Amino acid sequence: MARTESTRHRGPGGLAAGPEIISGPTAGASSKQRSARRKRIELTVLLGPPLVLFIGFVFVPMIFAIWYSLYNWNGYGPLSDFIGLQNYQGVLTGPVFHQALLHNIIIAVLSVVIQLPISIGLALLLNRRMRGQTALRLAVFTPYVLSQATSAVMWSMLLSHGGPVDTLLKSVGLAALIHFWLASTSLVLYTLFFVVTWQFIGFGIVLLLAGLQGIPPELREAAAIDGASSWQIIRRIMLPLLGPTIRIWIFLAVIGSLQLFDIVWIMTLGGPANASQTMLTYLYFNGAERTQFGYGATVSVVLFIISFVFALAYQRYALRRDTAGAVTRAVG
Amino acid sequence: MRRPPKSVIVAMAVAAAAATIAACSSSSSGTSAGSSSSTSSSAGARVTLSWWNNATADPLKGIWVSAVTAFHTAHPNVTIQNVPHQNEFFKTNMPIALKSNNPPDIYQQWGGGAEATQVQSGKLADLTQYVSGWIGTLGKAAAGWQVSGKQYGVPYDQHVVGFWYRKDLFAKAGITSAPTTIPQLESDDVKLKAHGIAPIGLGGQAQWPDAFWWEYFAVRECSTSVIQQGMNSSSLTAPCYSKATKDLTAFLATNPFESGFNAVTAQSSPTSSAGMLANGKVAMELQGDWEPGEALGDTTDKSIDSKLGWFAFPAVPGGQGDPSSVLGGGDGWSCTTGAAEPACAEFLQYIDSTEVQKQLVAQASIGLPANPAAESAITSPAVKAAAQAHDTAAYVAVYFDQALPTNPGLALDAAIANFFAGKGSNSAIINSVSSSSGH
Repeated sequence: MARTESTRHRGPGGLAAGPEIISGPTAGASSKQRSARRKRIELTVLLGPPLVLFIGFVFVPMIFAIWYSLYNWNGYGPLSDFIGLQNYQGVLTGPVFHQALLHNIIIAVLSVVIQLPISIGLALLLNRRMRGQTALRLAVFTPYVLSQATSAVMWSMLLSHGGPVDTLLKSVGLAALIHFWLASTSLVLYTLFFVVTWQFIGFGIVLLLAGLQGIPPELREAAAIDGASSWQIIRRIMLPLLGPTIRIWIFLAVIGSLQLFDIVWIMTLGGPANASQTMLTYLYFNGAERTQFGYGATVSVVLFIISFVFALAYQRYALRRDTAGAVTRAVG
Repeated sequence: MRRPPKSVIVAMAVAAAAATIAACSSSSSGTSAGSSSSTSSSAGARVTLSWWNNATADPLKGIWVSAVTAFHTAHPNVTIQNVPHQNEFFKTNMPIALKSNNPPDIYQQWGGGAEATQVQSGKLADLTQYVSGWIGTLGKAAAGWQVSGKQYGVPYDQHVVGFWYRKDLFAKAGITSAPTTIPQLESDDVKLKAHGIAPIGLGGQAQWPDAFWWEYFAVRECSTSVIQQGMNSSSLTAPCYSKATKDLTAFLATNPFESGFNAVTAQSSPTSSAGMLANGKVAMELQGDWEPGEALGDTTDKSIDSKLGWFAFPAVPGGQGDPSSVLGGGDGWSCTTGAAEPACAEFLQYIDSTEVQKQLVAQASIGLPANPAAESAITSPAVKAAAQAHDTAAYVAVYFDQALPTNPGLALDAAIANFFAGKGSNSAIINSVSSSSGH
């Protein structure tokens, strides 16, 4: 929401123009008043529809979820078995939920620690003028365009035991590296992380490339003339100026990691033995498949709170400078 | 088919809705295609019945379409609206549909504990009086769709789980007759391994194929009355169930399955366990009678059907269960209370008529028809053997995940799958069916 002169100068009465806005010539007063009214109409027209959608499809379901979460309800018959916070106790003390939460955190941390440096490296590389730049950019971005279901089915087949990946490793003399990519309880989560990385790295690179394009070339040129090495240019000029983009990328990656579902569900159903369970696969299995809708609603509320707290904290502390004047100041 | 190929597209659609599914469950109803404009149940009045089934692909889809046409001709006052849905839809969306004021009039019903759970909605029609004239022709099959002695559903086919094996691979390993006891099965496994053949395929990712193993050991270890009692009371504390876990532990120690079975899907691709059997990568699989049809779709070998043989789950020495008992289930229908019950029951009767049932057997390879009179249409010797075992069984135990209410049923599957993955225990399996466990 942009703050404009007219809104800032609005009097306490809201619609009524206070005397303090009459700061310019008298002719300007009525035009300012008109522009204030136009602003309000604009805001109503532009914000109204999304607000209705937001309330209808986010806020109201959220309230329903909180309501259902207080009941033992299998979806049939009326909501009659009120059990208070028992579902919350079940979720928060459940060992499988703990596992699922841990898996989400592992994926989130790995995203930041592994995906981010790779994305930055590739983005810097693809930002250089070179032959086949467009083709390379396309190649890196292609996986992101595929639907997650397609990638998941494809990788399930590639990674099946004795499948193409194993055959390839064998043929290049790396048979010792062959593992139960999806069947091993200690490996499956990292295999899935690989697939997630393959799928989403293109998105990160495009985001970072856009950030790099926004850095004026004069800065690099000036540094180069001053004798800075290319590493120094990257370290001292590019990365700091890429900061806002990187911070947004981290935000999207963490939220995405918390909401990981499609690839996991199709490739492993959260198994074997819960070794790749995420909060959402846990929600889906225990809520929808086992028809414990009250319990499922509880998991969704817990997941919402975790994501919401992270989002608020991140906005408040990490994105503060980047969004100054938009979110942070309004929030406080 | 009990477990038709799972469409990835549907998985995606479901995935997209997953985060809010619980929250949306009450508000999204009514947008579905259910439409019951049925007004009167009296014969002669115009009646329209919506029919939700899982036949999204031919040949079953085509058979249903022609059945509807034929039924319309015979009953000009009844209109059946054929609404196919993906199979998984019924598992996750029926609670929503049954909660709405506009549920389908006829829908896919697998009976057992899940049906009993759905009866709680108050929306299922008691068909007892409308089907009493002909339900007897189905024999013992109809019992699986009763709740408290009332016919809330009617089957249209039946399933039996047993071993599907490759006759060519058995011959290669020098196995001349199918094993009849577990020790024999184990020694056959050794022979197969000696010839470089993985003995048994298992689609462990889906969990329910794992459950078949434990459940069959339980059916062999426990007497019929103990199984019935266990399913009715959702309690597996009788000592014979723990014996089943012991048997399974010993069997797993012989390493009979393909390597990496925990991540192998059950159906729908050449790399699934059914595909492995179809392509000769494993010598046998414990699966339902849908296996030959499934195998045909997972291989380019058009003669696969003639290569498959069938034998029953072997006897467990010392077990209390009748060795002829089988594990099975079936597919069927329920009508809802808004539907015109007499018309609905007439349609179900038509589907169970020998004419339609024979079509199902001959063209859709549904396995075993609900109506025994149609069994003559079975041509495959292996399926005939399965049907024979089913018909002469001392007891047909319904798959436990279907016999039990949905929640404990799936918790049991998960506990057994964990056990197969080396992360479970007997107590986890036994306790899984007690309420709200397994989280």
